[in-house]
Amino acid sequence: MDISSIFLRLSEGMMRSVLIFTLTLVFSLPLGLVVSFGRMSKWAPFAGLENAECRLRSKGNKLAKLAEKLCLLFTRGLAKFKPVQLIVKIYISIMRGTPLMLQLMVVYFGPYYIFGMEISSDYRFYAVIIAFSINYAAYFAEIYRGGIESIPVGQYEAAEVLGYGKGQTFFKIILPQVIKRILPSVTNEVITLVKDTSLAFVISYAEMFTAAKQIAAKESSTLPFVGAAVFYYVFNLLVAVIMEKAEKSVSYYQ
Amino acid sequence: MDESTILEMKDIKKSFDNLDVLKGISLSVKRGEVIAVIGPSGSGKSTLLRCATLLEKIDSGSLLYMGYTAAYTGEDGEAVYASKQELKKIRGYFGLVFQNFNLFPHYTVMKNITDAPISVRKRGKKETYAKARELLCKMGLEDKENYYPYQLSGGQQQRVSIVRALAMEPQILFFDEPTSALDPELTGEVLKVIRKLAEEHMTMVIVTHEMEFARAVADRVIFMDGGVIVEQGEPEQVFGNPNEERTKQFLSRYSER
Repeated sequence: MDISSIFLRLSEGMMRSVLIFTLTLVFSLPLGLVVSFGRMSKWAPFAGLENAECRLRSKGNKLAKLAEKLCLLFTRGLAKFKPVQLIVKIYISIMRGTPLMLQLMVVYFGPYYIFGMEISSDYRFYAVIIAFSINYAAYFAEIYRGGIESIPVGQYEAAEVLGYGKGQTFFKIILPQVIKRILPSVTNEVITLVKDTSLAFVISYAEMFTAAKQIAAKESSTLPFVGAAVFYYVFNLLVAVIMEKAEKSVSYYQ
Repeated sequence: MDESTILEMKDIKKSFDNLDVLKGISLSVKRGEVIAVIGPSGSGKSTLLRCATLLEKIDSGSLLYMGYTAAYTGEDGEAVYASKQELKKIRGYFGLVFQNFNLFPHYTVMKNITDAPISVRKRGKKETYAKARELLCKMGLEDKENYYPYQLSGGQQQRVSIVRALAMEPQILFFDEPTSALDPELTGEVLKVIRKLAEEHMTMVIVTHEMEFARAVADRVIFMDGGVIVEQGEPEQVFGNPNEERTKQFLSRYSER
């Protein structure tokens, strides 16, 4: 068995790894933008309670005073309550705080164990894409947020005075500058994603690493792992070259 | 209201977190007038400009451009703003030149100037470019149209931002300390082009710390302190023979330097 025949036998797995990678980016990059908007949402439906007063009729009584204090604490807290931001914060915290491997298992097995749904064999692939997309969207969202928040407020004001609408301001003025600033961080994530595709093995999705393991076991050889290493390395080399090109293409301004 | 009145502000009040920044400012600007607003920092001059340019919402008072109401005091005593569409039209009447230029770094000089007229005001490409070139020429920037802002000096960037504002063909142009972010040797070139505009009777309101310049260029000088207009009048009177003690103090602090 030589390396070229290994590559031939790994080729189907490679295609699948590339597919996971591509689809995850296609879904998570825009989804991340939506999530970052949620993370930055300032919507506070009870903001009107900021100056709410808490007065009980029976005065002087210690219990009434305590109740008033609690009521104040409660209304002030409720006034600051930002539901969208909170939900997104929790989502990001879970996505970043637990292993992607575990998330894959939850997405794949969850529907059956939690809801008793029948799972079709096609679902394995969908589960992989769903789990990867929502996980990477969380990371991308935080990168976008960092980028968006780093744009000076003067850019928004200049656009506003010139009459640009909100959408125009974001897509024409802000986003291009954000993209330039976040490209290095995005490159990091994309490179991690190449390697993370191997995690799909936990739900027995036959991506390249799963295939390499199977062949290695069957042939009692470590050569398939060498093939896997070469594949990931070359893949990432390609990613690095493309991202460097992308960075260069926005380096015409500072 | 006089037909030649471009901006009419009446009893504008604005506070931030219980700090009263504007305590009832009234100001009307006639076509062709050049007004310099001076005063110590924290006096509310920049806030006044930001309220006039709709970057900041007033608490109460009224704000009219060309007779169109942008905001007025409603029955509950709080300012009511005109509809989005009305405000968009009103935004076309004024331009603002920022202290920090706020040019768009990813656009060339030309695109900085022409993008808003073309994509916001739906003006023709050809005429907008021609107009931009003419303005660049006037500002001594004719060879810079394909440069990016970072390739220009501060003074050149500020002149580009003036052209950007002028390309929208505003009725009135506001300047928020246009030379404060510049190295001293670069302020001259910016002041020169503002002076040129004044000679052409461009209506302007200029917040500035350049007293000599204010004195030379303005038709009317407004001295603000503590959120009110303390004194206003012709530059010779305000600078040469101020009526108010506070104005005297402020000006003497300046001449000491």
